[in-house]
Order: sequence, then structure tokens, then C-alpha cells
Amino acid sequence: MGIVSRGFRGRARVDDPALPPGQYLTTDFPVLSAGPTPQIHLDSWRFGLTSEDGSSRSWDWLGFRRLPAEDITVDLHCVTKWSKFGTAWRGVSIDTLLEHVDTSAEFALVSSYGGYTTNLPLEDLTDGKAWIAFEYDGAELHPEHGGPARLLVPHLYLWKSAKWVRGIELRNDDEPGFWEQLGYHNYGDPWREQRYWAD
Amino acid sequence: MARAAVLGRLSWQVATVSAVRRESATARTLVLDVPGWTGHLAGQHVDIRLTAEDGYSAQRSYSISSASEIASEDEATSPIELTVDRLPDGEVSTYLTDVLEVGDQIELRGPLGGWFVWHPDDPRPVLLVGGGSGVVPLAAMLRTRATRDATAPFRLVYSMRSPIEEMYADDRALSAAGVSVHRVYTRKIPPGYPRPPERIIADDLSDPDFGPDRAPQVFVCGPNGFVEAAANLLITLGHSADDIKTERFGPTGGPP
Repeated sequence: MGIVSRGFRGRARVDDPALPPGQYLTTDFPVLSAGPTPQIHLDSWRFGLTSEDGSSRSWDWLGFRRLPAEDITVDLHCVTKWSKFGTAWRGVSIDTLLEHVDTSAEFALVSSYGGYTTNLPLEDLTDGKAWIAFEYDGAELHPEHGGPARLLVPHLYLWKSAKWVRGIELRNDDEPGFWEQLGYHNYGDPWREQRYWAD
Repeated sequence: MARAAVLGRLSWQVATVSAVRRESATARTLVLDVPGWTGHLAGQHVDIRLTAEDGYSAQRSYSISSASEIASEDEATSPIELTVDRLPDGEVSTYLTDVLEVGDQIELRGPLGGWFVWHPDDPRPVLLVGGGSGVVPLAAMLRTRATRDATAPFRLVYSMRSPIEEMYADDRALSAAGVSVHRVYTRKIPPGYPRPPERIIADDLSDPDFGPDRAPQVFVCGPNGFVEAAANLLITLGHSADDIKTERFGPTGGPP
């Protein structure tokens, strides 16, 4: 426990086991990014999946939208301390995209329009843990929140849910992404409060 | 040691409030003594942690407003300053602006943030675009420019709701040679001001000395609605997205 701050009471609160350490609950949906919102046209949108042997497949928007999609409701946890419960998304499970992909890769490097990247172990993308999401709260995903499509990996801090996603590269080695290279934690588990590199 | 300055010490440190200063009608600057602080870069922030007697704790991030200093191993740096804007229903900001007194202690860690930083030896012109409390990290950049005698031309475009919310109005770093400041008022204008209150428009960002052909480094900071509007205007004016860094505070939308 930290030093007690004289006279600090904090909000009236109920202990919420769904809130990871150091987080506060918000009903807003804050927007954070490192630069301007990329402007992406659907007719040139592509999503590419590259395996460790160099083979790849890609989908254009129509092809991507023909894939089976699912509706999910998840909690979000941002490293900037806010959490938002019960967010509704529609997206294509990464398991669907990997269905006919033969891989023994351990890691993934995710890249976005505008140059953003993030890395994570492949097993954190599979078995129902991650989606390429294109709808939020029943409507088209807004560009500020990563539209037309973003990665959604709710069990990790939200910087791993790369907005404006354009590709996933399966790799045998772990390559730190944008924030990871700037001192954020390589893995980012909100339940172990893994915000920064030495946490 | 430069890496440590960028990436900071991550253990929680105890900071003692050595002075407080009213910065505007809604904001207060805290001057903090942090033993062992080895410095920060302009634009970086710290995480603050408050703990109640029952063990409940809350954390928030605040930008450092004081000039950058990097200490060598055996040298201490000056106190750091944070400017906190009071949010009426803010759990942490109301404590920092209403309750905290000189002599009190809070926990912090940092400095944090290696992206939204200005390096004083970068010769490029710098366009700073700040909305409300977004001006705080930009003030650190202006103050760093002054203390390091940097000569890169700077322009601050500072959007605020009304003149009573202006911060750093008398700071010499804002009136130094090579620095120009353009203010935008979105709700109330000063007496005699020739333009009605309105949000930032392309004209506010069109000074030719900081146009795309000069390839300035651009830093945009403030509430998300402001940053989104300003960044999109800059792109429309021809600035490259690669030259624009943004830092967004607070909930989506809302007035600057």
C-alpha cells in the first residue's frame, strides 16, 4: 500500500472485482492515439495475414465482410487508467482468419494504416480471444475508434488492440511494436498491472 | 543515463509539495520536490497515485510543465512542476487543486512518455497547438526552449474557452524572441476582441512561417474533440501526418 494522502477520500465506491488494479470506471469512450486519425478508403482497404514462411493471404473489404462474424460484449482496459465495461462489438474472430493457416509461429506483429505497430504472442490472438472488429455499439466503427476495422484483444491493455489494422505477421521471434519500444510493457496484462517495461 | 531520462524510474517515489500557485481560474500549479529525480524531457508526464486510509487508491497522469533538465549521476535537478486543471467531478484533480497543501506528500512515478517530446537540439520550426489544459506539456517545451537558449522558431496556437482560463499568460518563455502566440477563444472573448468566440479554424493554423513547406514539427494536445479537429485541419492544410504528434486528454468530444 502506498503512503496515505492526507484528506483523500476518493469516490464513493463499491469494490468491483471486474476492475483491474489502478483503473477507474468510465462511461465515456476516450480516444487516444499518437498522431492524426488516418483516412482510409474502403475500396483500397486490405487486410493481410503473413505466415512465418513468407506465405500470405489478403482480403479486400468485400471479401473481409463476407467472412463469418460474431457479436461480442467485452470490458476494455486502457493503460491510461480508464476501464469501460460491457462494450458491444461485431467482428471476425482471428480463429476464422487462421482457419486454414498452418503455422508454428509463436509471435505476431500487428500493423496499422498510419504506421502503428504492436506485438503479442500468437496464443493471445487465438481460441476466442481476439477479433478484427468493424462495428461498435451497433454501428460502423468510427475512424477515431479505429474504423473501418481494428484489432480487438480485450484481455490485454487496449494499446494492443491496434486501430486501423492492416495486417498481422506471424513470426518466430518477438518484435516490439510502437509503444513497446517507447517503454510500455511488452505483454500488457491489466490484471498484473503491466503498464511499463519494468512492471 | 539518457535512456533512464526518457524512460524514467518506475518505482513509486514520494514527492513533497514545496509550493502551489494559482495558474488560472480553474488550474493550479504544484511545485514538487522529488528526491532522486534525474530529470525529464519536455512533453513528458508523471503518474500520480493517491491512497485513502482504507487502502483505496486512484492513479492519474499529469504533464510536467517545468523546463527539461537532465541531471548527471551525482546531481539533483530542480523541483518539477505539474499544472492540474480542476474537473468539477474529478476524483483526483479536485483533491490536487482543493485539498493538497504545501508540505503534503503524494506518490508519483516517471517521467513517462517518449513520443510526445521535443528535443532542444532539433533545429526544425515547432508548431504547438494546445486546447485547454493541453497547453501544459507545450509550456514545458517553450520553457525548455528558453532555458536551453534554443533558437528554433516556435508558434503556439492556444485555444481556450475564456480569458480567465488562460495559463502561463505572464511567462517569459511565451514572449521570448522567436516565439509567437496566437490565442483562440471558444466561449468568451476578451473585451474589445474583434472576433466572436468560435472553435479553431484553418486560418488559426495557417501562419506561413509554420506552413507545410517549412516542415515544422507539430505537437497537438488537449481534449480529444479539439485534437481531432486541429489535426484534421492540419492534414487538410498539407502537413504530413508523420510530422504531427498528438496527445489526447479526457473523454471523447466536449468543448476545448
